[in-house]
Amino acid sequence: MEEKIKLSPDSFEALPKAEELDNEKIAAPSLTFVQDAWRRLKMNKGAFVSLWIIVLMIVVAFGSSFFIDHASLVKSAPNYANLPAKIPGVPINGLNGKLKVSGQWVDEYKQNNIPSGKYFVLGTDYLGRSLAERIIYGTKVSLIVALVATFFDLTIGVAYGIISGWKGGRVDNVMQRIIEIISSVPSLVIVVLMLLVLKPGMTSIIAAIAISSWTTMARMIRAETLQLKSQEYVLAARSLGESAPKIAWKHLVPNLSSIIIIQTMYTIPTAIFFEAFLSFIGIGISAPETSLGVLLNDGQKNFQFLPYQMWYPAIVLCVLMIAFNLLGDGLRDAFDPKTRR
Amino acid sequence: MRKYLLKRVFYMLLTLFLVATITFFLMKLMPGTPYSNQEKMTPQQIKIMNEQYGLNKPVWLQYLIYLGGMLHGDLGTSFQYSNQPVSYLISSRIGASAQLGLQAMIFGVLVGIIIGSFAAINRNTWIDTLCTILSIIGKSVPNFVLAVLLQFYIALKLGWFPIADWGGFSYTVLPTIALGVGPLAETARFIRTGMVDVLNSDYIELARAKGLTKFGIVYHHALRNSLIPLVTLIGPYTVALMTGSMVIENIFSIPGIGEQFVKSITTNDYPTIMGVTMLFSAGLVVVILLTDIVYGIIDPRIRLSGNGD
Repeated sequence: MEEKIKLSPDSFEALPKAEELDNEKIAAPSLTFVQDAWRRLKMNKGAFVSLWIIVLMIVVAFGSSFFIDHASLVKSAPNYANLPAKIPGVPINGLNGKLKVSGQWVDEYKQNNIPSGKYFVLGTDYLGRSLAERIIYGTKVSLIVALVATFFDLTIGVAYGIISGWKGGRVDNVMQRIIEIISSVPSLVIVVLMLLVLKPGMTSIIAAIAISSWTTMARMIRAETLQLKSQEYVLAARSLGESAPKIAWKHLVPNLSSIIIIQTMYTIPTAIFFEAFLSFIGIGISAPETSLGVLLNDGQKNFQFLPYQMWYPAIVLCVLMIAFNLLGDGLRDAFDPKTRR
Repeated sequence: MRKYLLKRVFYMLLTLFLVATITFFLMKLMPGTPYSNQEKMTPQQIKIMNEQYGLNKPVWLQYLIYLGGMLHGDLGTSFQYSNQPVSYLISSRIGASAQLGLQAMIFGVLVGIIIGSFAAINRNTWIDTLCTILSIIGKSVPNFVLAVLLQFYIALKLGWFPIADWGGFSYTVLPTIALGVGPLAETARFIRTGMVDVLNSDYIELARAKGLTKFGIVYHHALRNSLIPLVTLIGPYTVALMTGSMVIENIFSIPGIGEQFVKSITTNDYPTIMGVTMLFSAGLVVVILLTDIVYGIIDPRIRLSGNGD
């Protein structure tokens, strides 16, 4: 027998309208591609700290232009020569104006009769110029070289890669053979030859680095363009009669942006290394100009007696390189979480 | 396979020909003269010197003579070093550079493999973090900075190894370390990534189910499979070692090719610059070809195809 359940209307209760809507709602806020990458980057402590170190270094290096000009930087003051670091109120040997001379800590400031108010935070070089100022200025030069070279490298590489991938066929074949030939010459050889022909200096270093390092970028961009080319949205843009340059700019470049950014982050430290390397062996930037490589070269000559003159620029260079490498890794993981391990 | 090889060798020769041509004409564009005291020389002296080195001939003839000489292994005569032939200069110095490069490569790759697999096995522990930090530092610290530090603190202060010069094995230890750290860091990162992948695969699971020891799994299954892609890195390593040799040989005053190259650049010694450039390019091209062939042999999944992509 069927038993009838008696239900009165008041055993039901209407839910408030707002809550009903909430059931359909997706909890996480929808993030754009960049926001998502930024969120992942922030979770990577090393990369995030590196980002701030780089920002700080760039701000200090370029902000110093208002305080440190080239004229005051090349002026020598022989009576202040080779003073070690002295920071008032820091009683640590090596940072208080004392230098280890044959096993003994000697107060170099007292010995050279430097007025008591005068001090140099990171010491001075062999011509009595403040090492701190020179390092900041040198960092600026190194950063300019690296950033400008990377910019050209990026422009050439992206344009070449997109054209090669987009055109395909014979054009692609020829362009790839050219890349193959260029990349089978050690980039160092290209750089050295360029430096020999052009006048040594910042411009030629930038040109040399840019010319020798765009092939990697071009290869990666080409491979990606080949894939993107067959996507529906590109096909749609094409059938709507969009011109090729416009498709490249509006559809390809935004979709290639993660590769471009990651590759750029790896190119910058390479460029910094190359500049330092060339200046170190004496065929890059040379005195009276300053860069991290020049400072290392100067410091290395006196390393046995005045180790601080090499240590400080070396530390700055290494921190810069580590920061860019870590940020590069972080960005790679942030843009492409699949590769993260 | 034969068609592929022929094609590759053809491209190789084309590359070398282009490098030779470009280098030759760049040298002609170079400012400065090879004579260190030209202002003191009389016009006759300059004329005699030009005749002796063949610099009075038209440029195209010089170019043809240069190319013809290169086919016989004749790279011209050095402007410095009391007129020694460049091929002699190179051959007398290549031993030291080759030994150093090989040692650095072996050191870097072996230690890199050990560190990398160690990190992968202990994934996400402090050992892994330590290895990662070490490899980032190794990748970031320029080798010439490391070389100066090693030379000062280990050779001069501790006196464990000779400070500079070239003699027995002990002379090669510090330069080898300085040169090898770059490849070491790169290998460690590479092996770690590859091994983490391999360790997650089914056949490792099977090996574990069979009851193989941890060492057996890593040595027989994981390591061998993550080593294969390492072959592709030999080309970039060669470049890094060539670059590094220029500065490391200088710091440790080793009579090698890199040191020679720097010297010839600062003294406008065109024939030597061209010779060393050709040597470096030829070395790299041959290494790239060999690694491609070896890669095809040890990993049959990569088929060598004629179209080169």
